Parts: sequence; C-alpha cells; structure tokens
Amino acid sequence: MLCDICKKNVAKVHLTQMDKGETKKIDLCEDCAKVKGIDDPTGFSLADLLLGLGAAQEMEPGAAGTGLRCPACGFTQAEFKKTGRLGCAECYRTFAEGLEGLLKSMHKGTRHVGKVPQSQHFSPDLEEQLKGLQRKLEKAVAEEDFEQAAVLRDQIRRLREPPSDPSALGP
Amino acid sequence: MKIDEFLPSPAATLKFSGPHDRIVMSSRVRLARNLRGLPFPGWAKKPDRVKALELIRPAVESLPAMAGAFSGNMDDLTSLDRQILVERHLISREHAAKSGGSGLVLNPDLSLCVMINEEDHLRMQALRHGLQLRAAWQAIDQLDSALEGKLDYAFSRELGYLTACPTNVGTGIRVSAMLHLPALVLDEQINQIITAVNKLGLAVRGLYGEGTEALGNVFQVSNQMTLGETETDLLERLHKVLAQLIEHEENARGRLLEKRAKMVFNHVGRAYGILANAHSISSKETMNLLSLLRLGIDLGCFPKVDRTLADELFMITQPAHLQKGFAEKLSADERDLLRADMLRERLLQVGRPVTPPPAPDKPSGN
Repeated sequence: MLCDICKKNVAKVHLTQMDKGETKKIDLCEDCAKVKGIDDPTGFSLADLLLGLGAAQEMEPGAAGTGLRCPACGFTQAEFKKTGRLGCAECYRTFAEGLEGLLKSMHKGTRHVGKVPQSQHFSPDLEEQLKGLQRKLEKAVAEEDFEQAAVLRDQIRRLREPPSDPSALGP
Repeated sequence: MKIDEFLPSPAATLKFSGPHDRIVMSSRVRLARNLRGLPFPGWAKKPDRVKALELIRPAVESLPAMAGAFSGNMDDLTSLDRQILVERHLISREHAAKSGGSGLVLNPDLSLCVMINEEDHLRMQALRHGLQLRAAWQAIDQLDSALEGKLDYAFSRELGYLTACPTNVGTGIRVSAMLHLPALVLDEQINQIITAVNKLGLAVRGLYGEGTEALGNVFQVSNQMTLGETETDLLERLHKVLAQLIEHEENARGRLLEKRAKMVFNHVGRAYGILANAHSISSKETMNLLSLLRLGIDLGCFPKVDRTLADELFMITQPAHLQKGFAEKLSADERDLLRADMLRERLLQVGRPVTPPPAPDKPSGN
C-alpha cells in the first residue's frame, strides 16, 4: 500500500476515523506522517488530530469577526486555530457563537447532562422558573415568534449561568 | 520521597488479577477539571500555573484517598523518572514534557493519579486491573466529589465542566480499556472490528503502535464524545462494546485453534525461540513477540507460567526501565543487547512450549 500523500513510499501509518457516519482512512509513509506531525503515535490521538485540529479550523467567526478577544485572558480566535485549545473558562462565553457548530459536530448533544458539582445544584424555585421559561420558549418557536424566542433564550441563559467572579477563587 | 523509591516494582503491581484480564489488561477513567478564574495551563503564564499548582496540590494531598501518596512538582523529577512513569501508563507523554508549575500526586497502589497542569488544571484518573470500568468510575467520582468542596471548578450549567479543549467539555470524562487482541490480528479481523467500533463513536488506538497495527497487539478503546451524555450511560455503552470485543477475541482464538492450530503454535514457538535465545533485540520486536508469548500462555502452551510474566517483561524491557540503574546513557544498540540478556535470563525458567491437546481449555472466566 502506498502513501496517500506522496504516492511513492510504502504506507506505514494507518489512520481510521469516523466522521458523521462516514469512515475515513488515511495511509501515510513515515516521512509524510512526520511532516503532518503524526510521527509520535504513542502521544497523539486521532480524535485530537482530526476532530480537534480539523474542527478548530471550522470555528465560525463570531459576530465581531475573527478579531474577537477574550476579556478575561486575552485569548483570540487565531490562537484557537493554531492550537485547538481555548485560553480560559470564560473563552467559552466569549467565543460561544463560533463554538456552537463545532460542539454540535463533535458531541452527542450541546447541553451537559452529566455530573453537577454539589454547589451548583439548582434550587427548586429556579428549576420551576426555568421550566416555565423553557415552555414559553418552545411555544414561541412553534409560533415562529423568533424575536420573543431570542429574549426568552437570553433569559434562560442568564438564569443558568450566574456571572462568573474571578476573585471567588480558592477554597 | 523519591519517586523510584515510591514506585512498587512492575512485578508487584501486576500480580493482582482482575475480571477478564486474559484480554482486558486494564481499565481507566479520567476526568478533566479546571479552576474558575485562572487561564488554562497551555495559555497561562508561569505565575498563574504556579498559583494553580499551589492551590491544587495541597487540596489533593489532604484527601483521605490520597493518604501516603507521592506528591511532587514535575521539575523535581529527572527525565528518566518521567519516562518510567509514562511506560507505567501513569502519566501522559505531554505531562512528562512539562516543567514549571506542573505536578503529580500518586497514591501508593497507583490506582489513583492526579496530574496537575497538564492540558487542564486537573487530570485525575483511576486505574484498575482487568475490566472494571464501574469500579474505576466510582473511585474517581468520589475523589472528584471530595475535591470539589476544596476547589472552585470552572463549571457551566449549559456546557458542564469547562476544559481547555472543546473535545473534552461537558463531563470531561475519558473511559478507556487496554485490550490484548492477538487472535483478531492473526485472523485478520482487526481492521473490520476497528471500523465497527469507530462507527459507535469510540476511538481505537494502538497504545504503543502506529494506527491500527498496534505493537504487541495492544489496543486502547475509549469514548470520544463528552457532552450530551451522562457518565454512566457512556460507561455502560463502552462496557457493552468491550464485552463484545472480548467475545470476538475468544471466538477468534477458538476458531484459530480449531482450523489453523499449526499456524498459531508456529507463531508461539518461534516467539519463544527468539525471546529465549536472542542476543540483541529491539523494543518493537520484543513487544510483538511477547504478545505471542502471552497468547501462548493463555492457550496452555506454558502450563507452569503465569500471564503476569509476559506483562512484566512487556514493561521492564521498555527503554527507560532498561536504562534504570545505569548512570551512563545507553545507546539503542546497547539497550538491545541488555534487553536480550534480560529476556534470556528470565525465560531460562520457562520451559519450551508444549502443544496442548486439540480440545483447548475453555476460558476460565477470569
């Protein structure tokens, strides 16, 4: 089997990846693998390479364009393109718009359903309030009242995400 | 305490057995967590990394589950120490390359390991012998719950635990198992199996090897998605897939013995011949032959030998383990000689393989 890139050398590095129900196979020779940064198979993960970096390039520019900068840590979208990693927790809010599609393509859902730290458990009141808003939101969407839906969505978001307080760090 | 005094010998850690350890070498559950208000380690300047380390290390050390733990900064470990930790599967290669502001806390039986300032502020993992995903999850879940009272995690109601890489956001969990699948490789079914497992959204990696053709026929199966599914759902899903992989491997072994027994015993016999008699052998060849030796043990070719011998040799013939005890840096050629000496010596007590009677033993359930 010959390398998919140079088509000259024998392929020794074989990658298999699933993407949206489609199997992708790449066979590379050692030289081309090295050029692509896959020369250290023990330390590298296909998911990181193809999902992480590949997807990183797909992060859509937010409303403010690619010049967006995280107010908390100074991280930019260009940095994300380079490394596939974010700068701080706040970046998830800063780049929310661009990340949305990316998260959708990577994960089973876009909303966390797993473990919640004890300190973050909802109070019953808040839970009720959220449920009510969620119902209103669904109704608004069904009626195609998108203006109202956007307002409700923001309301829900605010309730779910208490503003972070960087000074509240530590035990 | 020095790490090499702290670490039990490979033989001591491998002597424990676990369910299905004939095929599943180990189970691991890892959680990624970060502190609110500090940049992620990859983007943070050194003072912030040090700050995170100074908050996290004492918090982890104070946990009852970590009584008697080794705790240290990565700067204080030699590069050989770090390489040994990598070969023991205790830290990642990425973490081994870290210096200022990174740390490690490791409990005495090596079942709990916390990396500080790896890609995330906290990467904590529980390790178990054999197939024990649930036990590993319970252990790390408890450690995480104890720690959340002492540290302020970066958590969002919408996106869960916030991680440096969006591929880990949500639960921050990676559940994985290390599998020895020699019969599926010999029977040339492995590529099909990998494709099928990939279709379920799970990753298959060769632990020591390139892509699908993993060295030593060792494969690591793990989840890729971390958002939109609960930890236990994900774990049960992986567990089911692993149970099937075990069945496929056992079936392949049965079929090979039935239809192509000569081929299998030829492989096992030759592997023994080279391992027991070579005077120079590379790490790669060693791993591939030890895999066949391990298969031979499982199939009853070495009735007096325990499979942990193969596992121990697998580990102590790795470069850093060989280098240990030598002040001078050994060249690859020198290591090949040393590795062969060690293998000849250790296999002296292991008699030549016998050919088991045609009806092979049924797997003994463990």
